[in-house]
Amino acid sequence: MTEVGCNLDGHQILVELEKVSKRYGEHLVVSDVSLAARSGECLALLGHNGAGKTTLFKLILGLIRANKGSVRVSGAEPGSAAFHDIRRTIGFLPESVAFQDAMTGREVLEFYARLKQVPDKECDQLLKRMGLIDAASQRVATYSKGMRQRLGLAQALLGEPRLLLLDEPTTGLDPELRWHFFDTIERMRKAGTAVIISSHALSEIQAHADRYAILTKGQLAALGTLGEMKKQAGLPLRIRLTFGAGKAKGAARALDGPCNLAKVNDKHIYLNCPVAEKMSVLRMISDLKDPAQDVEIEPPRLEDLYVHFTGWERLQ
Amino acid sequence: MRTVAIIAAKELRDGVRNRWIVAAILLLAGLALAIAFLGSGPVGTINASRLSTTVAGLTTLSVYLVPLIALMLSYDAIIGEIERGTLLLLLSYPVRRWQVLAGKFFGHLAILILAIGIGYGLMGVAIWAMEGVKPDEVPALLNLIGSSVLLGAVFLALGYLLSTVSRERATAAGLAVALWLVLAVIYDLALLGLIVADGGRLIGEELFSALLMVNPTSAFRIHNLMQYESVSAAAGLIGPDGAANYAMASTLGSMTLWLFSAGLAAQGLFRRVDP
Repeated sequence: MTEVGCNLDGHQILVELEKVSKRYGEHLVVSDVSLAARSGECLALLGHNGAGKTTLFKLILGLIRANKGSVRVSGAEPGSAAFHDIRRTIGFLPESVAFQDAMTGREVLEFYARLKQVPDKECDQLLKRMGLIDAASQRVATYSKGMRQRLGLAQALLGEPRLLLLDEPTTGLDPELRWHFFDTIERMRKAGTAVIISSHALSEIQAHADRYAILTKGQLAALGTLGEMKKQAGLPLRIRLTFGAGKAKGAARALDGPCNLAKVNDKHIYLNCPVAEKMSVLRMISDLKDPAQDVEIEPPRLEDLYVHFTGWERLQ
Repeated sequence: MRTVAIIAAKELRDGVRNRWIVAAILLLAGLALAIAFLGSGPVGTINASRLSTTVAGLTTLSVYLVPLIALMLSYDAIIGEIERGTLLLLLSYPVRRWQVLAGKFFGHLAILILAIGIGYGLMGVAIWAMEGVKPDEVPALLNLIGSSVLLGAVFLALGYLLSTVSRERATAAGLAVALWLVLAVIYDLALLGLIVADGGRLIGEELFSALLMVNPTSAFRIHNLMQYESVSAAAGLIGPDGAANYAMASTLGSMTLWLFSAGLAAQGLFRRVDP
């Protein structure tokens, strides 16, 4: 887990949103959102479809203007005249990226490279890195979803951006490509790039992001590292005890009361335990007359925090 | 300028790749040759050369075809890219919005110039090779090609305007067809009907010429039919006397005005587009 040991204080703030609101007609898509992304960190935007993630990307890119609040990227207001050159330092991978089907992979990449004033030779390096060099002279129309996504990432990496915005980048990628993808992101991050990544794949992103912003209906429900969010949410640890056949019921009677029993069956007891009471509960368990065969302790996962902060009840 | 050129080059390449240019050249050249060599019946004994009659015929052809080709190129320039999701990516690059529109315009204009130039040029060469061309007829053909490109440019700009105001590609396509019908087909007929019904009481010659000038396709028609003695004779018009009212400046002026107003309106609206 990368949440620990990442010193963010020394790094420069690249993206800063302050009390930003954006409405489309009557519909408030982003409401009073404040967040920042620093160089060398990976910030994950989490939220259901329509929670405002893509709108946030558009605001950061200066493609739309906020109705309220301020957005600053590398010190400039997106969409202002001064922002024009800053765009050269931004890489963006839109959700379900599309290209001109009649062009070849290399032509697509060279087109974008020229717009960014990046030398053409960087294109072949990126195509090689993304494993697309053999397909570079084929039309994009013949590409699979995964190949398009890789081409999308290649164009986002043109010119070694200082800010990388990735909108659901891993959809359509197989496990090997996902691994490779996050490996690339990790390298960029270490080189000082600020990465903002939106995702639905919570267990996947948990291993790669430094901080998380959970959005629900355009509002920021939570913002922080996994540790900070755990503290804020106060979610219990989940403990699973395994007993010999038929022994669980008796143990449950002994534990009921001081502990919060979530579920009991023939062989297992599931407990919810507040973090502060972990040791006393464990002592109680070790003092049981019929000792448990196995104890598993599971801390709250990102998924649990997501459920907690979005108020979405998990289907049991 | 660099950015505009990059985008224009891409549009031109798209046009070559998806056979757009080839199709347009074949269509224009085929119809031009058909008018030149199959449509010789009506010429009969009138003292008009083949190139002149063909230019007159091509003027009518251009009135319908050039706006249609231009609108087909331009109607989905913006909304099509929004729907495919390519505009979002393009605008995230260091590209100003006017550069996107200008790049598309020059790319599409190059396609039109190639299609019209080669299509009509081939026809001119064919006539020259088979029966020769009088030197005073060449400017008429060049004038036709040039003003057809200008007419095309007008409808490119109008197409971008439709493309920026439409929320869906299908809407833009429908609007483009409607615009084509009104400006290229119905307007002249309606004006004619109006004059017949009016019987010269309210609509005088001046108002009539003004009404013709208002529509870019009518201005184009007048521009080509009245310009040259040989062509207007072939078209069965009265000749340069009648043409005096329609100075070249005002026909070209009308089209240029349309081009700039539609282009500026499209640019103004495009600035507010959410990709």
